Amino acid sequence: MARVVVDVMLKPEILDPQGQAVQRALPRLGFEGISDVRQGKRFELEVDGPVDEAALARIHDLAESFLANTVIEDFVVKVEDPAEVAEAAK
Amino acid sequence: MTARIGVVTFPGSLDDRDTQRAIRIAGAEPVALWHKDKDLKQVDAVVLCGGFSYGDYLRAGAIARFSPVMDSLIEQAKAGLPVLGICNGFQILTEAHLLPGAMLGNDHLHFICRDQKLRVENAETSWTGDYRAGQEIHIPLKNMDGRYVADQYTLDKLEAEGRVAFRYLDFNPNGSLNDIAGITNEAGNVVGLMPHPEHAVEPLIGTGRTDGLPFFTSILKKLVNA
Repeated sequence: MARVVVDVMLKPEILDPQGQAVQRALPRLGFEGISDVRQGKRFELEVDGPVDEAALARIHDLAESFLANTVIEDFVVKVEDPAEVAEAAK
Repeated sequence: MTARIGVVTFPGSLDDRDTQRAIRIAGAEPVALWHKDKDLKQVDAVVLCGGFSYGDYLRAGAIARFSPVMDSLIEQAKAGLPVLGICNGFQILTEAHLLPGAMLGNDHLHFICRDQKLRVENAETSWTGDYRAGQEIHIPLKNMDGRYVADQYTLDKLEAEGRVAFRYLDFNPNGSLNDIAGITNEAGNVVGLMPHPEHAVEPLIGTGRTDGLPFFTSILKKLVNA
């Protein structure tokens, strides 16, 4: 089994009031020097079977038609390295 | 015989009954449609009503847009079936790409519920014939994700083609670009807006006016005279 991650972010020109609210809270929490925050979504897909080119193409279609609304959002599909996943689970 | 106007109920729809009632008050026959049915029951027009279909999970309207009923609706809307999307219905129409642009969370991050003043900018759509262009109306607005956005090219195109159907007046309640409250497709059969005309069809409730009723009488006239 392998994990494919889809990261979805609002396009840079789209106002992100949630990210702004987070950014404005930072100085109160003692975090200085962060000039901007953008908030996005991360989808972790556990894929049965091999993550080959065909599987990735299907996930790309899924991300483009459903997980992201490409009118307002950009997305990135990446395969998570199984070794890293195993390490993180320890 | 009068016109039969369908109202789709999705899981999480709130205003289906009010919408059916508004259709009845206008003199048409409301027909309940279920999100799992592909069948539109041969209705003459459809209203996608307000609410929080699928809890607004993922994005408002994003999951409802893939309901079985939407396959038939998208196909028929492209062929000219009149469709009105109110609030969540507007969000579903943008997610289905029957209307351009997208809806995002209000810029102030709060739910908003108020009597909203609007200007009718286009009185030539299937749903606005009983208004005058430039007419000012008050109808209730209640939403979390009411911020209309589109790229500059789309906005310019909408403005140039007179496809901004309604604009917020005096106060922009959600950060919508160009104060856009509602838009129409090119053919004028598909209209979406955030405020709720179905809540302003009787003097006793809503804004105390019947400023929303012409939506439903407009479509009735259009269908009966067709």
